[in-house]
Parts: sequence; structure tokens; C-alpha cells
Amino acid sequence: MNNETFQKIKQEALADWQALKEKTVIMVGTATCGRAVGAVEVMRAIDQELANQGVKDAVLMEVGCMGHCYAEPLVIIQKPGYPAICYGYVDEGTASVLVKEFIVGDDLCIEFALAATEPNDMFPTFEDFPRGMVEQKIVMENCGIIDPHNINHYIANGGYEALANAIEMTPEQVLQEIKNSGLRGRGGAGFPTGIKWETCQNIEDDVKYVICNADEGDPGAFMDRALLESNPHQMLEGLALAAFTVGASHGYIYIRAEYPLAVERVRMAIEQAKDKGLLGNSVLGSNFNLELEIFQGSGAFVCGEETALINSMQGYPGIPRHRPPFPAQAGLWNKPTVINNVKTLSYVSHIIKKGADWFKSIGTPENPGTAIFALAGKIINTGLTEVPMSTTLKQIVYDVGSGIEKSKKFKAVQIGGPSGGCIPESLLDTSIDFDSLSKIGAMMGSGGMVILDEDDCMVEIARFFLDFTQKESCGKCTFCRIGTKQMLDILERITKGEGVLEDIDYLGELAQNIKNGSLCNLGKTAPNPVLSTIRHFRDEYEAHVIEKRCPALMCKELTTFYILPEKCERSCDACIGSCPVECIYSNEDRIKVIDQEKCVKCNSCLDACPPQYDAVIKLSPVDMLKVKENVIDE
Amino acid sequence: MELTEEEIKTAKETSQNILENYTCTDRGKIIPVLQNIQNELGYVPLPAMQTVSDHFELPAVDIYSIVTFYNQFRLIPPGKNQVKVCMGTACHMRGGQIILDSWERRLDIKCGETTEDREFSLERVACVGCCTLAPVVVMNEEIHGKVTPTRVDGLLYSYQLDKEQEEGEEQEQKAGEENE
Ligand SMILES: Cc1cc2nc3c(=O)[nH]c(=O)nc-3n(C[C@H](O)[C@H](O)[C@H](O)COP(=O)(O)O)c2cc1C
Ligand code: FES
Repeated sequence: MNNETFQKIKQEALADWQALKEKTVIMVGTATCGRAVGAVEVMRAIDQELANQGVKDAVLMEVGCMGHCYAEPLVIIQKPGYPAICYGYVDEGTASVLVKEFIVGDDLCIEFALAATEPNDMFPTFEDFPRGMVEQKIVMENCGIIDPHNINHYIANGGYEALANAIEMTPEQVLQEIKNSGLRGRGGAGFPTGIKWETCQNIEDDVKYVICNADEGDPGAFMDRALLESNPHQMLEGLALAAFTVGASHGYIYIRAEYPLAVERVRMAIEQAKDKGLLGNSVLGSNFNLELEIFQGSGAFVCGEETALINSMQGYPGIPRHRPPFPAQAGLWNKPTVINNVKTLSYVSHIIKKGADWFKSIGTPENPGTAIFALAGKIINTGLTEVPMSTTLKQIVYDVGSGIEKSKKFKAVQIGGPSGGCIPESLLDTSIDFDSLSKIGAMMGSGGMVILDEDDCMVEIARFFLDFTQKESCGKCTFCRIGTKQMLDILERITKGEGVLEDIDYLGELAQNIKNGSLCNLGKTAPNPVLSTIRHFRDEYEAHVIEKRCPALMCKELTTFYILPEKCERSCDACIGSCPVECIYSNEDRIKVIDQEKCVKCNSCLDACPPQYDAVIKLSPVDMLKVKENVIDE
Repeated sequence: MELTEEEIKTAKETSQNILENYTCTDRGKIIPVLQNIQNELGYVPLPAMQTVSDHFELPAVDIYSIVTFYNQFRLIPPGKNQVKVCMGTACHMRGGQIILDSWERRLDIKCGETTEDREFSLERVACVGCCTLAPVVVMNEEIHGKVTPTRVDGLLYSYQLDKEQEEGEEQEQKAGEENE
């Protein structure tokens, strides 16, 4: 790299970063996950305490999300002479203790520490835990460590070097590197990025566009949001490299409306990159120009589909159209357009910098690189993780996620959101990559992973996803519009105990028709959650239909609440106080009884009953109540 | 829900003001314009759609089809307090529906509606990104995690207290002014 302009920018950034390394720095994770549990208040408390203690030379800095969302708010303290240490579950009280004891005093406050963030011989790092052995961070490496508001932090850590290198190469050379790397799109389908770019590069046209798809609509996924909030420049650099390769001078970032913080941080990043001459006219003095703009989505899941996204940017309802022509041939305003996911673009700069061979050395030959997942549900360590492709589900659930909470029994992993499927325990050794997952009826999809335990009803989860896709169907294709509604009706009947055995076969038949009769992947994949649950958990469907019983005790119409008289501690009123509809009363023996007519089955009494009595139970089928109450006619 | 004369007037004026920044009639600007209107007004009423359609020289039904297609746009005025219940996967599996039911019961409205006195509106959202705290309720941009039906009552009660206090202060102020 001999671009002088860039050398100067880099020197400046390095100086900035070096200066920071020599100071005491307090980093607070203020991505949405941190904010939700009070990171902003923690930040304020630290600021206050620093002032109280008269500390003037410490730097208070916002960082993004490291992926350890379960332990938010997170604070990392770097003090000269000590390894940088990450503290978890910090509240305002802990925050001021940390300032007093560690910043002013010299006590590391080990009791609040999670791990160190750099190798040292005093304290283990995240890499020393089982989780660290499984994880391998490429695009998440700097997340939670650099300030997303400061472009110098990104540059000092190797940022924009790939772009500086690229503009001294030909677009064909850059393309070749991406093609060699075997990078596959992380937006869901796993389409080879190099081939997409090549199609667009080969078309002669004065105007071309590049678009970053940040419409993350899967209702259980948040990796794209975290990446944009934690390291927006990484995506921008990838987008710039895409534009350089295909010959576009205009680009858009299509961000979901529900992500205001991501919008703010990306907007700021674009401004800063422009100021440095890394975007805009004549990038780093070359003849490559690139204008970037943000387009905010308006809350429609189907707009994540690329042709729907284009329609929505053109001021139409987001309805997909037939492909071909593919957007790479005729996209936005009918011009050749490359659309890539946030994660896909975030890999690009690393590949250009470290080479295709390095990228291929990670993962499997057909699925090189890493995969990023959002872990949620009944797992201990919820949050984000980045692992090499070919890691098994078991490693993710047990090593990264630390297993199921409250020592409950694992039941399934729902992966890929509304277009994915449920994977039972017997298939936990499946390795994670695009091909293995589709083989077992699931899908990589966006990368949302929801862990389900014995209390989760598989029919209900199938109904939930179908309800989602049914509402989000744009209505263009008859089968997607009406077929999903029919499937939903059947599932609702089953969860209410009104299903018949044939219903299960009808579902399979309808699913096939919907797959065949839908234009886009919303319809084509909508039946997946139903099909995979029937395939692996048919017994649960049958219990609902034949016995009118919900094995997980979740479906409202099939369960009742009951207070065991022999266990009820008469003098305690916890359940009565907790009931929002006042349906629990004391009988003449002061034993608590539920008025079944009024009960709304909200779980409150079950949670309120002190564990030492454990008197409230759920029953299914509803008829069990009669058995319990001994009112069965002789 | 009928709009008042006042509301219709504001809707038209606000849309006019926003449209002044857009000299072109490029269709790609329609959604950003509508988003701006909603940011200002909190909703996109029919008179505003009319104004937008005049500007872009399109039939009003085209604008209507956009506003009704996207979930983000609201057709009725929001309540003073906006309650959004998360219905993402993680929240659903931890009883999001029970929480939504509780709000519906207490406010006596259905999801997507605004109370008669326009104090509260109730909506559902898909994953606000803090699945760890499921079930989640967002009340006026503030996120509440691990919500239970009793917590719903608590939130409503604290709101009631705030309101009474506010009214008390107002009355005191009035009384003070009259005394002077
Ligand atoms: C219903 C539906 C929703 C989609 N949602 C998204 C999304 O939220 N984000 C995304 O990047 N791709 C989404 N896609 C995939 C896009 O159509 C497209 O394949 C992708 O953005 C291409 O980027 P990639 O090659 O980097 O994967 C969706 C597809 C469908 C059918
Ligand atoms: S599902 Fe509710 S916050 Fe994610």
C-alpha cells in the first residue's frame, strides 16, 4: 500500500489510538442491548463519580456490543499497568464502586469481573472459557472494543486499508479475490457473492447502484443491528469495495425503521468517512467516486426480499417481482444493482486485506468463513456469537450458550426464523452451514437462533411463525396469501383442541402447494416451521388432536391452573395478591381456590406461589381438573 | 375516530411545510416524506395523504396503498402514552401474549387502538433487540423488561400518580395566580 493520502490518515489514527492506550479508559457498551438495561445511567453514574473523586485524566468512552448481552450493562476498564478487564451486570452502584476502588484505588474488584479482554498472567480472558475455544471472531473482532463514533479507532485497527489497497488494483483483481474466497451471502440464501458482483460488473452501464440490506426482519435476530451499532465503518468499507468492483458511484443503506440507533451511527460514520476523503468525490485522490445515502424501511418484513426492497425504495408498496432479471442485471431504477447483507459486506474488507486463502482456511470448502448467530430463548448466555462454519449446534448451545437455564430439559433449536425450522436433540451434532441445515429441513436464514425447552409447545411455535408470515405476506401470490391463512386456521384449531387427525396431513399437503405456488422465498419457506415440527415432533401434534392435551402445558385452551389443597399454606396470600383479575379466593378452610370461569391463565399465581409450597400447578387436558376435584360422576 | 377541525388543519399545514423541502416529484421520495409527516404528527391522516398526492401528482389511492402497506404508518392519532408490547420470538415464548392481553384488559382497547381519552395507545412490535429481558414492553421509548401482569398494573398506577401530581400542581398554580 503506497497511497500517501491514506498513509497520512492512518498515522493520525494510530497516534490517536496510541494516546488512548496510555490513558485510563472506561468503556461502556451502549448498543441497544446495553441501553435497555441501563447503560446510559451507568455512564452517567461513572461520569458523576469521576467528578466527585476529582479524576480528570480518565476517558469515558462508548463502545458497541461484544455479544455478551446476558451480562449487560458491560463496562471495560483499561488502566495502565493492568490488563483491560470487563465487568458484567454493572449497575449505578457498582459503577461508582469501580471508580472509587479501581480507578482511584488499585483494587481490581475481581468480584464484579467477567474476564480480561487481552492476554495477561493475572486473569483469564474470554478465550480461556469453553466459549472462547469455539468462537472465532472476524467481523465481530472489534465490536465492543472500539468507539463506533470515532473513525480513527476503526482505521487504527486496520480499517479502510483494504479500500486503499483496492483502488490501486483493477476492479477485476478485486473481483477475482472475492470469487476465490468463496464468500457466500449471509442474507439467508447463501448465494456466492463473487458471482453476483461479476454479473453486475460485466454489464455496461453508466449508472449502477450498490445497496446494503439492513432490513433485518426476523423477529428473533439482531446481529445486523449489533454490527451497525458497534462497527458501522466495517460495513461501509465493504459497500465501498462492492461499488468499486462493479463500477457504481451511488449506494444506499436500507435500514429497518425500528433501529433508530443504528441509523444514527451509520449516518455519523458516513459523514466522518467523507471528511477523511474515504467516501465522496475522488476517494483517496483516485478517480473513484461514491455517494452513500440512508433509506429507512417502514416496517414490512417482505421488504428484506431484494426486489421488494427495490420497489419500496422507488415509492411503491414492497411487493416482490419475478426474477430474472436479477437486480444485478436490472435493479434500482432498472439499473444494475448489487444488494448484499450487512454481514456479507462486513467480511469483504477482511478478505481483501488478508487474502482469499486465509478466508478459505476457516470453515469448510463449500462454506468458508464464520457464521454469526443471535442466541435467544431459554439459554443461559443469550447474545451474539461468531463461530467457524462447521461448528455443531451442540457446541453452540452448550459451550457458547452454557446450556439451558433453570436446569430444564433441552427440547429444540429454532433456527432461521420464520423461514427456518426446529431441530430436535437427536440432530444436535449437525454442523452449521448452508448445506447441512437445508438437508435437515431448517435453514441458515438470517441467523436467529431461539433455544426451546420442555415448557415450549412445538405446535404453538409453529403457529407463532405462521401467524407472522401470514400477516407479513404481501398478498401477491394466492397460495401465500390464502394458503398460509388456511394453515394458520388449522393450527389454531389444533392449539384449541378442536383439531382432527386428518388436519396434520392437510397441513403437509397445503405446505407443498404453498411452496410451489409462491413467487418469493417468503411464501416458499413459510411452511418450514410447520413441516419441521411435524417431522420431528409429530407426537405433540397428536397429543393435541387426540387427547386434547398440550404436553408442554402452554396452549391456553388446553390447560387449567389448579391449587393443590394439600400443599396450600393457608395463611399465605401470595397468589391472591398476584392475580390481575381477582379470581382466587379463600374457601372456608382458608385454602385458596381458583374461580375457573374468571381465570385468564396468566401464570401470575404460579410464579407468585413461594417455592417452598409449590402449590399451584398446571393441568392438561382440562378434564384433569375434574379428576383432581373428585367431582366425576360415579 | 373522527378528527377535529384543528387536527385536520395541522395535518395539512405540517405536510405542506415538509413538502416545501422537496421540489422534485420523484416517486422515490414519497416514503421519506410520509415518514417525516409521521415523525411530526405521530400519524398520517387522510388530509395529509391528500396533500402528498397533490404534490406528487398521483391519485390519492396510490398514497393510501403505501400508507396501509407498511406497518410503521399509523392512521389514527397515537395516545399521549404509547405502549408497545414486543411480540418477537423470545418474548412470545415467555408470555408476550399474556402481557398484551393484560394491557388490552386494563385499557379496554384492542391492539392497534387508542383509548377514547387519547391517553394511551397500544401496539405490538417485533423484537426490539433485548430478548434477554423477555417479555418486553416499550412505554414512551423506555424499555421495561421481565414484565408480568401485575407489573402492567404497576406501570398504569405510577402513570396515574404522575398525572394526579401534575394536575395538582397545575391547580395550585392556577389558584396561586388567582390569588395574586
Ligand atoms: C421474505 C424475505 C426476507 C428477507 N429479509 C432479508 C433481510 O432482512 N436481510 C437480508 O440481508 N436479506 C434478506 N433477504 C434476502 C434478500 O432477498 C437477499 O437475498 C439478500 O439481501 C442478498 O444478500 P447476500 O447475497 O449478501 O445474502 C430476505 C429474503 C426474503 C425472501
Ligand atoms: S423478542 Fe422481544 S426483545 Fe427480542
